[in-house]
Amino acid sequence: MSGPERVEIVFDGRTLAARRGLSLAAALLEAGVRTVSTGAATGRPRGVYGIGAEEPGAFVRVESAVGAPMAAATEVAVEDGLRASGLAGFARLPAGQEEPAAVRRDKVWAHCDVCVVGGGPAGLAAARAAADAGARVILAGRGAEFGGGLTGAAAAIGGVPEREWRAGQAAALAAAAEVRLLRRTVVTGRYDHGELIALQRRPDAPAGGALERLWHIRAGAVVLATGGAERPIAFEGCDLPGVMLAGAAAGYARRFGVRPWRSAVVFGCHDEALWNAAELHDAGVRIAAVADARPEPGAAPAAALAERGIALHRGHGVLRARGGADGTLDAAVLAPVDPAGRACGDPVEVPCDLLAVSGGHDPVLDLAAHTGLRPRWSAARAAFLPAALPEGLHCAGAAAGTRAAEDAVAEGAAAGAAAAAGPEVPGGGAAPGPVAARTAHGAADGGAPPMALWATAGPDTDEAAVVVDLAREATLADVRAAVAAGRSSVEHVKRSTTIGTGPDQGRTSGVLLTGLLAAMLGRGMDEVGGTTRRPPYAPIPFAALAGRDTGEFLDPVRRTPMHAWHEAHGAVFEDVGQWKRPRYYPREGEDMGAAVLRECRAARSGAAVLDASTLGKIMVAGRDAGVFLDAMYTGMASTLKVGRCRYGIMCTADGMVFDDGVAVRLADDRYLITTTSGNADTVLAWLEEWAQTEWPHLCVQFTPVTDHWATVSLTGPRSREIMAGLAPRMDVSAAGFKFMTWRDGEVAGVPARVLRVGFTGELTFEINVAAHYGAAVWEAVQDAGLEHGITAYGTETMHVLRAEKGFIVVGHETDGSVTPLDAGMGWAVSTKKDFVGRRSLARADSARADRGQLVGLVPDDPRRVLAEGAQLVAASDAGAAPPVPMQGHVTSSYDSAALGRSFALALLRGGRDRHGERVLAVHLDEATPARVVDPVFYDKEGSRRDG
Amino acid sequence: MLLIPCPWCGPRDEAEFRYGGQAGIGYPADPAALSDAAWAEYLFFRDNPSGWFAERWFHTAGCRRWCDALRNTEDNAIAGACPPGGTLPEVPR
Repeated sequence: MSGPERVEIVFDGRTLAARRGLSLAAALLEAGVRTVSTGAATGRPRGVYGIGAEEPGAFVRVESAVGAPMAAATEVAVEDGLRASGLAGFARLPAGQEEPAAVRRDKVWAHCDVCVVGGGPAGLAAARAAADAGARVILAGRGAEFGGGLTGAAAAIGGVPEREWRAGQAAALAAAAEVRLLRRTVVTGRYDHGELIALQRRPDAPAGGALERLWHIRAGAVVLATGGAERPIAFEGCDLPGVMLAGAAAGYARRFGVRPWRSAVVFGCHDEALWNAAELHDAGVRIAAVADARPEPGAAPAAALAERGIALHRGHGVLRARGGADGTLDAAVLAPVDPAGRACGDPVEVPCDLLAVSGGHDPVLDLAAHTGLRPRWSAARAAFLPAALPEGLHCAGAAAGTRAAEDAVAEGAAAGAAAAAGPEVPGGGAAPGPVAARTAHGAADGGAPPMALWATAGPDTDEAAVVVDLAREATLADVRAAVAAGRSSVEHVKRSTTIGTGPDQGRTSGVLLTGLLAAMLGRGMDEVGGTTRRPPYAPIPFAALAGRDTGEFLDPVRRTPMHAWHEAHGAVFEDVGQWKRPRYYPREGEDMGAAVLRECRAARSGAAVLDASTLGKIMVAGRDAGVFLDAMYTGMASTLKVGRCRYGIMCTADGMVFDDGVAVRLADDRYLITTTSGNADTVLAWLEEWAQTEWPHLCVQFTPVTDHWATVSLTGPRSREIMAGLAPRMDVSAAGFKFMTWRDGEVAGVPARVLRVGFTGELTFEINVAAHYGAAVWEAVQDAGLEHGITAYGTETMHVLRAEKGFIVVGHETDGSVTPLDAGMGWAVSTKKDFVGRRSLARADSARADRGQLVGLVPDDPRRVLAEGAQLVAASDAGAAPPVPMQGHVTSSYDSAALGRSFALALLRGGRDRHGERVLAVHLDEATPARVVDPVFYDKEGSRRDG
Repeated sequence: MLLIPCPWCGPRDEAEFRYGGQAGIGYPADPAALSDAAWAEYLFFRDNPSGWFAERWFHTAGCRRWCDALRNTEDNAIAGACPPGGTLPEVPR
């Protein structure tokens, strides 16, 4: 390995030299920065406390590269030019600061037989074993290199020094064809059926590559080699900068050579803390004292400390951390303690600038918990261990409670092999269950069992200064108050004290809280349990979840073949489903109201044309197509003659209007049906559902053909003249081409199907051509109509014209609670046959006289356009104190050129019998009087539809 | 995200499907013969078990075919799937 590269970083405005490859936390420790941030509520100083995701104190804002409004300093890698600052109080998003456009993120979907989560010794061994068994493997590790807690340890695996062993494993995995290695990757969630979500940081991505990548992994089996989490012991002042987890302190010294301390006190209640003291000593840190709360620590670590001349205080604990002038650790107060952590002898004060504390290690089982697994407490091991793992989930190494590296490797290899073998093991044997966790604490190894210890206290301990959750600054006094208030569930105490709800998600405080509650309530650890762990395990930036699915890639955009023409002619577009539809075409100086009035006048008095290509179109074919459509439409379809069209309504089984459109009979066994523009997929799914699940014996198939066709709807009294010019060989006379019929022919020189159907009440020709002719035919219609003053119109004008005729729009006049009878369309409902929804129309509720029924409204003030959605109340209720009975609501409301005034459609209780009555339309505290009228405002006789 | 074994396409992500509720609720042969209560039973009432549940899925972004699947609502285990009205695997009830 070449010498570490030094780069410049800026922290809190200070330029520091730092080694690449360190975390920011390590670099700050090395530079002597003891106070990194301050507590959100108390403003107390916070230093580096942990070494990984568990960090509860040292939160920073990263201002360079991808940036982060809030991150643990332990999770930020030193890069050249890194800029960060300590968070004082709560995190804040930088105001008005746009993310650099160069930051790219993407997503990858991957599949494998075995996904190994965790790149430590157990994970490496598991991945090797699974790969050797022929499995496709993904190994995801958090570090820039694999190795995990093994890195830098004095341990050897099978006689091979750890560094060589790691390198050998990584090289073998890199060489394997079916192994994918994901470094700097944290698996944030585990979901059903082997799905994992992982976030990979890629600071070394090639130029233009994604700096963050979100992985969606589907794995046949998962091996959790996620390691262990060290928990502290709470005491007075345990949040002072200088107090750290013992394993973290030893890890900084061993793995990174970071050892800024002059004098250390180590406090624990298990052998590993004693070994940590020896490691710190060997790294050159003077150990002032070691306190072990157990009367009988393991003989081997005790001997190791004695060899090094380190004083080991058996049956002792730290009662208090004392702060110095700068507010950071100055000394530790030690005293003999009983098994509950209570002082039982005289205290002594030991000056120190590091107080390394460790209460034990719990397997990191968040990913198992995401699908409901609850770990079980092991009193012998003083830890929550995995229990009853479901099929396809394996656990190895420290994640299974196995702390010794060689044991973890053996366990990892076994788990990897079992995962690769799947539930069926060749030879008929049962699949191996989770490998029994081994212990390195046996007396034979010179070890002694750990002790569960949550907090220490002396006679004058201030429990309000015994911090349980550093991130939330919640104390032992808070826990006691919650219990005194009658809370006995760990979930309630969590919510009451906020313990575990900080950005670290209580990684260092969760088990502590369970232990404290168990002691206070006199209950067992499993009885109290832990709080529910939910995804994500580590924070995921929203931007990473979005990836490239932003801006124009957010959702597909559908454009008709005539889109370019609309753009060139100044159309204002609206979104209809995924379609972009012209809403209106404003001319110089026109607002929407003026443009729509002009477009409406053209349609009523001359000629106007609409791009109706977005209309949903479904081909319904098969010898039973007619019988099937009879069941779907409220009206008859099977009796429709070839060459004719019929309006139809579809209901859901509860009798409510679901969609409407036109059925066109193309042949005995073939219909083309149209649907509402935004509803085409839903209608298709609806037809498939009935055809496949209810009447599979019917011979009928569906083909969505919406975008196969471009549709030009030419309307207005002069449209016949234009059609005659466009289709000279087609008989377009009133007698020759009747309303609700269709014919094939040639329009503008291309094959076309023309329908005499419309939505405006005027003479209308709906010209359908193959989509690739759409733009040409549209322009040909414009040219042919020029001398007749042809005007392009948009959806807004379409809505006004249809509302003047009292035609409903599904979704405007209907909302899933409106029957065809409510909408005044009993004429479209057959009484001669069954159809989906018919039985519901015979329910008493459907016959209620006071159902909302479609009516027209004319405001007293003809210039006043009512608000759509406005509630209707009786005029006699004007001024009455609320609540006033609601009578209905306005469904559509417009200004009308043809009527010379405003008008509206509404659903009104019992409305059909209330024509002539006056109501108030209430919107935003304003009541507008209007008169109830028939919903057909224009050409009631239908005299205009044939020109 | 569930992995649903489409009988025609094999295991596919749930995102490709639409949910169709309880399986085996047949459209009554003669709805007109039913009382309002019996019709309401067909329309609105569905089982909501804690445990194995036969339900319908529509592979809308795949083969556009419906299927029935047997899922355990407690842990989302899926025992198998079949074409509509077909035979689902036996499971402990």
